[in-house]
Amino acid sequence: MSGPPAQQSANLADLLERILDKGIVIVGDVRVNLLDIELLTIKLRLLVASVDRAKEMGIDWWEHDPSLSSRARKGDGGDREVEDGADGGLLEENRRLRERLAALEAREGNGAEGDAS
Amino acid sequence: MTGTAVYLYGVARDLDPAALGGTPGVSGAAVRGVVAGGLTALVSTVRLDDYGEAALRANLEDLAWLEETARAHHEVVDRAAHAAPTAPVRIATLYRDDARVAEILADQRERFGEVLDGIAGRSEWGVKVYASPPEPAEPAGSDPGGGLEPRAEPLTGSRPPKPGAGAGTAYLRRRQDERRRREDAGRRMAERASALHAELAEHAIASRHHPPQDPRLSGRAGTQIMNAAYLLDDEREAGFLAAARAAAGHLEGVELEVTGPWPPYSFIDADTVSAAPAAGDPAS
Repeated sequence: MSGPPAQQSANLADLLERILDKGIVIVGDVRVNLLDIELLTIKLRLLVASVDRAKEMGIDWWEHDPSLSSRARKGDGGDREVEDGADGGLLEENRRLRERLAALEAREGNGAEGDAS
Repeated sequence: MTGTAVYLYGVARDLDPAALGGTPGVSGAAVRGVVAGGLTALVSTVRLDDYGEAALRANLEDLAWLEETARAHHEVVDRAAHAAPTAPVRIATLYRDDARVAEILADQRERFGEVLDGIAGRSEWGVKVYASPPEPAEPAGSDPGGGLEPRAEPLTGSRPPKPGAGAGTAYLRRRQDERRRREDAGRRMAERASALHAELAEHAIASRHHPPQDPRLSGRAGTQIMNAAYLLDDEREAGFLAAARAAAGHLEGVELEVTGPWPPYSFIDADTVSAAPAAGDPAS
């Protein structure tokens, strides 16, 4: 399905982590809450597993990086009722969801082979 | 609503559209510039069938579609970034028509200006560090219930099982040793990566850590112990790359992967540039 790969095409993981939640966020005329979609697609289905593996080794320094993604950004409002301080709330909710998912997956055995589509 | 929308890739300053060299955009659409107030918005016309709200919801969940769109988005931004300061906007930012895009350029002129000031003459470089596979303490891929084959004692000093201790006890102790060994190795790796990061950051205007990547996306096995991005002045590039190469040569037990130059995706909303305007900025 993918088009012909560009020469020296970037690794998909590198690309998605930049394209999906980096860049200027401005409100468009077509409203899509990318935060929800990130949660469903990349963030939870794919990244949770590697994040958990790293944490197991005691490596978690990205968690202290204030620039980390999936925050609801100012200027991204309009499709959500965002009050002040919603940033933290959403991040917190995201973290809790990840933990719950990780716990569920741990119960199912090893790794997140969640291939629900 | 009409049957089309305008897809926005990014905003550049002083961009000669010829620099894009006919790069196709998302869904193969042509890319053009909308110019207002000294800024050029890079846009394509797309069908609402693919990029309307409901369609996007479905399409963004489809990894193949997402990859194709992400690659096209990146290709356009990257081409522009090589020619002029270019600020990428987040994927799937769509407007009704060119007039709306021009309106946004005018409305947000100051903000775009600040962002572009923060990234002009700079590029992003990525550095990923992987732990080289450790000496396996067990034959790879085997998890013998109570294997009785002789084995090297791990350095963390497991006590040899007392004679007469059951195979189960020995197995559990081995598992425990194994876990401890992994944690120790992880700590050592993290310390090395941390030292490396400090060294590389000296060459950079700013740096960011990204969470580790999933091997299914990166296509690379092995534990990723660092995934960082650095914003570099173009003239500091050579020194930075030399430092990374040197580190790769003398750091034990880790492998380095350097990617770049990237358009400065990771530093758009960073504190290197002024924060975005307060919530409730005029959207329409």
